[in-house]
Amino acid sequence: MRSSFAALALFAIAVAPAPTFANPYETKLANGLRVIVKEDRRAPTAVHMVWYRAGSMDEKDGTSGVAHVLEHLMFKGTKTLKSGEFNKRVAEAGGRDNAFTSRDYTAYFQIVPKAALPEMMKLEADRMANLTLDAKEFAAEIKVVMEERRLRTDDNPQALVHETLNSTMFQAHPYRRPIIGWMDDLEHMTWQDARDWYRQWYAPNNAYVVIVGDVDHREVFRLAQKYYGAHKAKALPERKPQNEPEQAGIRRVSVKAPAKLPYLSMAWKAPKLRDLQKDRDPFALEMLAAVLDGHDASRFSKHLVRGSRIAQSAGAGFDGSLRGEATFIIDGQPAEGKTVAELEAALRAEIKRVQDEGVSAEELARVKTQAIAAQTYKRDSLMAQAMEIGGLEASGLHWRDIDVLLEKLKTVTAEEVQAVAKKYFTDDTLTVAVLDPQPVEQSKPRRPSGAVRH
Amino acid sequence: MKQSKLIAPHPRPRPGAGLLNRSLRSIIELRARAALVLLFTALASSLAIAGVKIEHWVAPSGAKVYFIEARVLPILDVQIDFAAGGAFVPPGKAGLAGLTKGLLEAGAGSLDEEAIAGRLVDIGARLGGGADSDRASVSLRTLVTKPERDAALELMRTVLSAPTFPQSVLEREKARSIASIREAETRPDAIAGKRFAAAIYPDHPYGVSPTVDTVTAITRDDLVDFHRKHYGAKGAVVSIIGDVSRAEAEAIAQRLTEALPPGGGALVPPAVKKPQAATVKVPHPAAQSHVHVGLPAISRGDPDYFPLLVGNYTLGGGGFVSRLMKEVREKRGYAYSVYSYVAPRKLEGPFEIGLQTKREQVGDALKVVNEVLRDYIAKGPTAQELAAAKKNMVDGLALRMDSNAKLLGYLSAIGFYGLPLSYLDDFPAKVNAVTAEQIKSAFARHVKQENLVTVVVAAD
Repeated sequence: MRSSFAALALFAIAVAPAPTFANPYETKLANGLRVIVKEDRRAPTAVHMVWYRAGSMDEKDGTSGVAHVLEHLMFKGTKTLKSGEFNKRVAEAGGRDNAFTSRDYTAYFQIVPKAALPEMMKLEADRMANLTLDAKEFAAEIKVVMEERRLRTDDNPQALVHETLNSTMFQAHPYRRPIIGWMDDLEHMTWQDARDWYRQWYAPNNAYVVIVGDVDHREVFRLAQKYYGAHKAKALPERKPQNEPEQAGIRRVSVKAPAKLPYLSMAWKAPKLRDLQKDRDPFALEMLAAVLDGHDASRFSKHLVRGSRIAQSAGAGFDGSLRGEATFIIDGQPAEGKTVAELEAALRAEIKRVQDEGVSAEELARVKTQAIAAQTYKRDSLMAQAMEIGGLEASGLHWRDIDVLLEKLKTVTAEEVQAVAKKYFTDDTLTVAVLDPQPVEQSKPRRPSGAVRH
Repeated sequence: MKQSKLIAPHPRPRPGAGLLNRSLRSIIELRARAALVLLFTALASSLAIAGVKIEHWVAPSGAKVYFIEARVLPILDVQIDFAAGGAFVPPGKAGLAGLTKGLLEAGAGSLDEEAIAGRLVDIGARLGGGADSDRASVSLRTLVTKPERDAALELMRTVLSAPTFPQSVLEREKARSIASIREAETRPDAIAGKRFAAAIYPDHPYGVSPTVDTVTAITRDDLVDFHRKHYGAKGAVVSIIGDVSRAEAEAIAQRLTEALPPGGGALVPPAVKKPQAATVKVPHPAAQSHVHVGLPAISRGDPDYFPLLVGNYTLGGGGFVSRLMKEVREKRGYAYSVYSYVAPRKLEGPFEIGLQTKREQVGDALKVVNEVLRDYIAKGPTAQELAAAKKNMVDGLALRMDSNAKLLGYLSAIGFYGLPLSYLDDFPAKVNAVTAEQIKSAFARHVKQENLVTVVVAAD
């Protein structure tokens, strides 16, 4: 039991500019499972997440989408739990649960009143090892996943462009495959494919648990040992690097789909963060993305949407914290009456301007202010804090690096931003994908690919 | 616009859990009640009844103020709501509410839009909000360090009180809005949403969506006039949560509202007429049909709301444990997303069931939906289902009030819709008091077959 003194103490810590206390806490079980606990006692709730280092990049051709399909099947039965019972238990505890699959990982979570945390850990530990997969459950669920693909991708013109962009810019690297899987692969997937995936990758030594909320880390560690500690470590499949060969020449693709506005996405190959202490370019690229599109006063909004009015919308993004290969992406929709070519020229002119003239100290200061404020605002959400820890761990970095990352970002200079703009934005490593809008009235219903149709 | 890097097995939650599925309490208050906190699950209702600390007063300006002191994080959230939603727009000017709200930041006082955007960014503050059918909201999040806080609040005051609505920016934003409308007219989800609203609210502003014509017709005078009439202090609801004292909150609320235009006050949209049952089919080449089934159901403050809310959990509001999810998705694999919700507004807001399914099987899916709905209206939930619904809603209160951002949403809804201050404290008792009989009769009263409208986009 905590007294109101505890609340006062927390207050004192919360307003201190740079907390140095031990929170979060981490332990590692004998089976290899890491458990990371961040105590945040503002409300009597907790977020419980389990992250598996197995995402779509670990799949093989022919079974694309299986990481995500298995994620759906994880809500079916285990040796001791009937199908659907997992969701029911979470709901009856007053909680919410979900899961998500990315290229790098698959993660599951429950947000619950804190008293329900032990039960959630028990349930999550159970399905780490005891999932029962069968042909019948699979047959119904694979249809759901195909509906999801139709909703997310097949009827979504911009998503089709992204899918095509990825499969064009990557030819060897597994990032070329869509997370949801090709429809033809989904149509030919079997329950054994999902079972094999589960057997290969779902192991304590390929997972970590992140818990944020009104908890005592020692109690959580004890519960983790009790529920997760019983599982045995497994030998994991070998992970081949599958590095993308160097691109030598611009690639252009287009996608036709029913739409009104065209859409353009340009992706350059870029370096990811490998060595936190030595690397500089990934931080400079992140600053560049923020100068272009990090806030309402950034260059794209100011120059292209509001100023020249050439863009209906324009964006820039760089993520250097990932398992696979990094890209710097610029995208946008031309304003009505403007063409994709005009938008592309305007976007390129913005890059050129940074190459020629650099960025100002004021612009860098603004981005840094944004980043610092965002760290404070993030503390208003348990889920945001858990995602930050989990996401960083998934990329191979560590939760201890959160503050280091921010500090590194703050040291980026204007010269470094200009230098990366010059170094990485060459046509030879560029892929451009364009949406070619088709009139809705003249379009025929899209039929998914695949020879076998039921 | 950005590529989605995550995909989830459950669709995002739909609106409809709404205010009544949540509760409100200062997080600090909870922290101090150590003994009760430990027993939170068991004693959720008694805990929630005891001592919610929402403070309420009327500022000298006439604005109503709702305040929670929350001292843990060094942040401040403020939201001001006005009866300035789409329902109050003159005929033929649909889109005016959104443009007025959107252009507050396009120039104010002596500042142009670049100066406003730049100042916000320099202090790390965020100005947001939006306009729905009932209200327009302007929200601010800022750090509480004095220079940042003062600058942020001053900027908020200026954009609310002295927007200049520059003609040139208006022309640009009209063009962007028209482009978005034309784009939306090609998307099956957007088409379905608009056609559904129009079909369930015939001849009513709740059913009207902006079109190329209505946006084209909007002039700068319309914005000036709409702001003058609808952004007055007397109709303003100020919600404040964060690291400030009551005295500071009083000063903030007054400062933000004292220079607002003189208009405002209690406004009610025209009465809603129930539609005749109908099926609307819209051609589209999509692989999936987008389906909406529903009608105008209930207004804020209607005593039938609790039975409908609790009842809807079992029908289609409770995610994976709902009947619609089990029958449509789990058993038959017809859809990724299927849901129902009740969304009360000032007047009768919609009850809606929605799903997307492969176009070849939409008839079969719709048959299942209608069977589930008819059976539920006739028989209501089982005792087990009702108990499970109550348990989720009552025990889940803690989740719905565990951040300042969430609490701000409840404060503003309580203020804007004139709900009692004890409203959220009362929530567990109200949920627990609902009977299966009340659910049946509430559904029978508010979800009548004779008024049920079905919209299918991309029908064969």
